[in-house]
Amino acid sequence: MSEKLLMKGNDALAEGAVRAGCRFFAGYPITPQNEVPEYMSWRQPQVGGAFVQAESEVAAINMLYGAAATGTRSMTSSSSPGISLKQEGISYAAGADLPIFFVNVARGGPGLGNISGAQGDYFQSVRGGGHGDYRTFVMAPYSVEEMGNFPLHCFEVAEKYRVPAMILTDGVLGQMMEPLEFKFPEVDPKTLKEPDWALGECKGRKNRLVGSYDLVEGKLEHVTLARAKRYAQIEAEEVLFEDRLCADADIVLVAYGIAARACSAAVKMARAEGIKVGLFRPITLWPFPKRQLRELADRVQAFLVVEMSLGQLVDDVRLAVEFEAPVHLHARPSGVTPSGEEILKKIKEALKAGKGEPVCSSR
Amino acid sequence: MYQGIRISGFGGQGIISSGVLLAYAGMLDGKHVTFFPSYGAEMRGGTANCSVVISSDEVTTPVVSQPDTVIVMNEPSLAKFEPLVKPGGVMIINESLVKSRPKRTDIKVVLVACNRIADELKAPKIANMAALGAFCKQTGALSIEAIAKAMPKVFKRAKPEMLELNVQALRKGAGLN
Repeated sequence: MSEKLLMKGNDALAEGAVRAGCRFFAGYPITPQNEVPEYMSWRQPQVGGAFVQAESEVAAINMLYGAAATGTRSMTSSSSPGISLKQEGISYAAGADLPIFFVNVARGGPGLGNISGAQGDYFQSVRGGGHGDYRTFVMAPYSVEEMGNFPLHCFEVAEKYRVPAMILTDGVLGQMMEPLEFKFPEVDPKTLKEPDWALGECKGRKNRLVGSYDLVEGKLEHVTLARAKRYAQIEAEEVLFEDRLCADADIVLVAYGIAARACSAAVKMARAEGIKVGLFRPITLWPFPKRQLRELADRVQAFLVVEMSLGQLVDDVRLAVEFEAPVHLHARPSGVTPSGEEILKKIKEALKAGKGEPVCSSR
Repeated sequence: MYQGIRISGFGGQGIISSGVLLAYAGMLDGKHVTFFPSYGAEMRGGTANCSVVISSDEVTTPVVSQPDTVIVMNEPSLAKFEPLVKPGGVMIINESLVKSRPKRTDIKVVLVACNRIADELKAPKIANMAALGAFCKQTGALSIEAIAKAMPKVFKRAKPEMLELNVQALRKGAGLN
């Protein structure tokens, strides 16, 4: 579909979003995602879109609220502390059923933390993040190619179900360069059908209202329950995952994003030693591939979750497998990428523990 | 094949662009490649380094913690990277600027007068190319032709005469004329 390019993950995100029809970007600088707004600052004018360097993260997310309300494919990006600042606006967009798209190129935390790649924002991403009852569609790329190709899917899911969509990635994937191809035809936003809720000129039609505020007794619950039906549909239809060598595996590693790449190194080493290891990689973090993990639980001896956080993904895996198999954890928080060698060591420990107490380690 | 490389030197010596060039050349050669820059609290005149992987297999981690080859362009980089080189690995040292020598005896040390080669070509900015030439010769991971082919893709605004000088520096770094 297109030539092979060598791109930085952050640039691939920005270019992928533009090719997906994104015509509004507002952002505020923070390492390690600065290439995204920098790229957008020259690329949006080329395609007739708008780029705003906002005065703050809070301003940027609220600009996104306004732009998305017009039916324009709109995006913001930031890194962990900045995404925390945006949470109020994300909750408002969820409450107003606006299909905003945002990216978290996560770094080590909590607090100001450091600027290395990390996965400590998992709960914030998959459990809502802001206030109120809502869900965000969350995709976790593990290569520069996926960084470039996932924005389109995020826009499409966001618009189909009228929910916020995000990409949760990290500083390593944002900063690294790798070959990629954009595997979809470029979207001309003019060819997209105007949504029947979008604001704009209302001459000749009924007024439309976009908002998240309702004081009429019982009405807000009605709205929230209607939205919950869409969430149920997303959980039924939009799960994405990759499983490698799981068919004959005694133990299956569960990891997403850059941690899954470290795991694929460990799988290779373990298989060379005759240990039957597989890798299960959730691509959507919400909806989570619960059913697929539950099915695997009947066939494998154990799971080993590898995450660059203290033990967040492991909760979702345990809920999914319903304690049918032991779930071990190897956790490297605050900006450390595990090595294939250390994961291999944990695989051996987990297999030795068998059905006993799960092995949990952080080094 | 798998080749993990670290390149290190002052900001401004073309450390990052050398890494991108190697990755691009590897890609054109049909290999799997990654490039990863150090992006810590770096400042002008401070040190810069990057990781490059060129492999016939899918690359897992882009951060090279045990390099097969290290290219050392300035003095502080030697102490930083000497302990990391894989036993049996190669250390290419810019002897124009680096006066110390590695203490390890289980690695191959290759001295290249990168700045002198660049000065002889009257293009002091391309000392990094001499180091890449030595890299091609020592590792065989890439050919000089592959790097030359990638150059116009990476240095999009460079004039043809400048690219030609780059190729000459590559060849001199590899000990060719």
